[in-house]
Amino acid sequence: MITAEIVDKWMKLFYSKISEQKAYLSELDTPIGDGDHGNNMMRGMQGVEDSLDKLSDPDLKTILKTVAMALISKVGGAAGPLYGTAFLEMAKNCEKTQAPAELFKLALEGIKKRGGATTGDKTMVDVWAPVVTSLETDSLSVEKIKEAADGTKDLVAKKGRASYLGERSVGHLDPGAVSSQYLFECFIEAGGIR
Amino acid sequence: MTKKIGIVIVSHVPEVAKGIPELLEQVAADVSITSAGGTDDNEIGTSAGKIMDAFERNKAQELLAFYDLGSSKMNLELAVEMSDKKVNIYDVALVEGAYTAATLLEADVALADVEEQLAPLKIK
Repeated sequence: MITAEIVDKWMKLFYSKISEQKAYLSELDTPIGDGDHGNNMMRGMQGVEDSLDKLSDPDLKTILKTVAMALISKVGGAAGPLYGTAFLEMAKNCEKTQAPAELFKLALEGIKKRGGATTGDKTMVDVWAPVVTSLETDSLSVEKIKEAADGTKDLVAKKGRASYLGERSVGHLDPGAVSSQYLFECFIEAGGIR
Repeated sequence: MTKKIGIVIVSHVPEVAKGIPELLEQVAADVSITSAGGTDDNEIGTSAGKIMDAFERNKAQELLAFYDLGSSKMNLELAVEMSDKKVNIYDVALVEGAYTAATLLEADVALADVEEQLAPLKIK
């Protein structure tokens, strides 16, 4: 069950992870994108931290919505509206359900609608979709998440900046899939599926 | 008199967003044209908040929106969902599309006819 306390811890862990991996994420983005995914995510998570610091004892909906708005306004690249939409969908639905499988499924639908991507397009969807499937069968693990992100290496990009490169994008990991991998690893670490 | 339909330009680059309206104003003095460029920190990117602001600043209640690359459309759509104004987004070549629309709106051409002329400029 997702709670406000878990989201708070989750975002702190994700902030640290992005701080550590900022250079690596931008490096992944350099051959197939515009080389700024790490910096964009860092700016976004700094915004999330600043916004969450101003809240006192928020409920789940408030904290999810605050994360969404910070990401939408601070990230700058495509990751902003995509991650922002994901958290906004969770905020909109968290009074009906707090089950990770259901909330992440609704978030995934929002991401697909916003970006027009589907499974196999070499995007963050290629991590989000298997994560939802694993949650539905109570079998999510750090290994499965990494496997999903690593799987984007062999795909041809159909969406985003990398799609301009077509076949030339094969052999590179998708940066958005890797930042999504970190997001879900941090979710597990925060106690999200206990 | 200001026309009933306005134009909004969205670009990743603040200077591009500022420059295109200057070009359009040459042919459309009475069309309200506003723009949003760059992130909140004026770096390369787009911001749904800045786009919302461009919608609000526009004197028209119905807007035709033109954008440059992928993620600017996502932020545009987010801003449209949060705005009370009616906004139509066009997947056309940015400069040529906006220039075509500006010229036709200034001449009081109906929206359906403007859209017909924009159709061949669709590139994304």
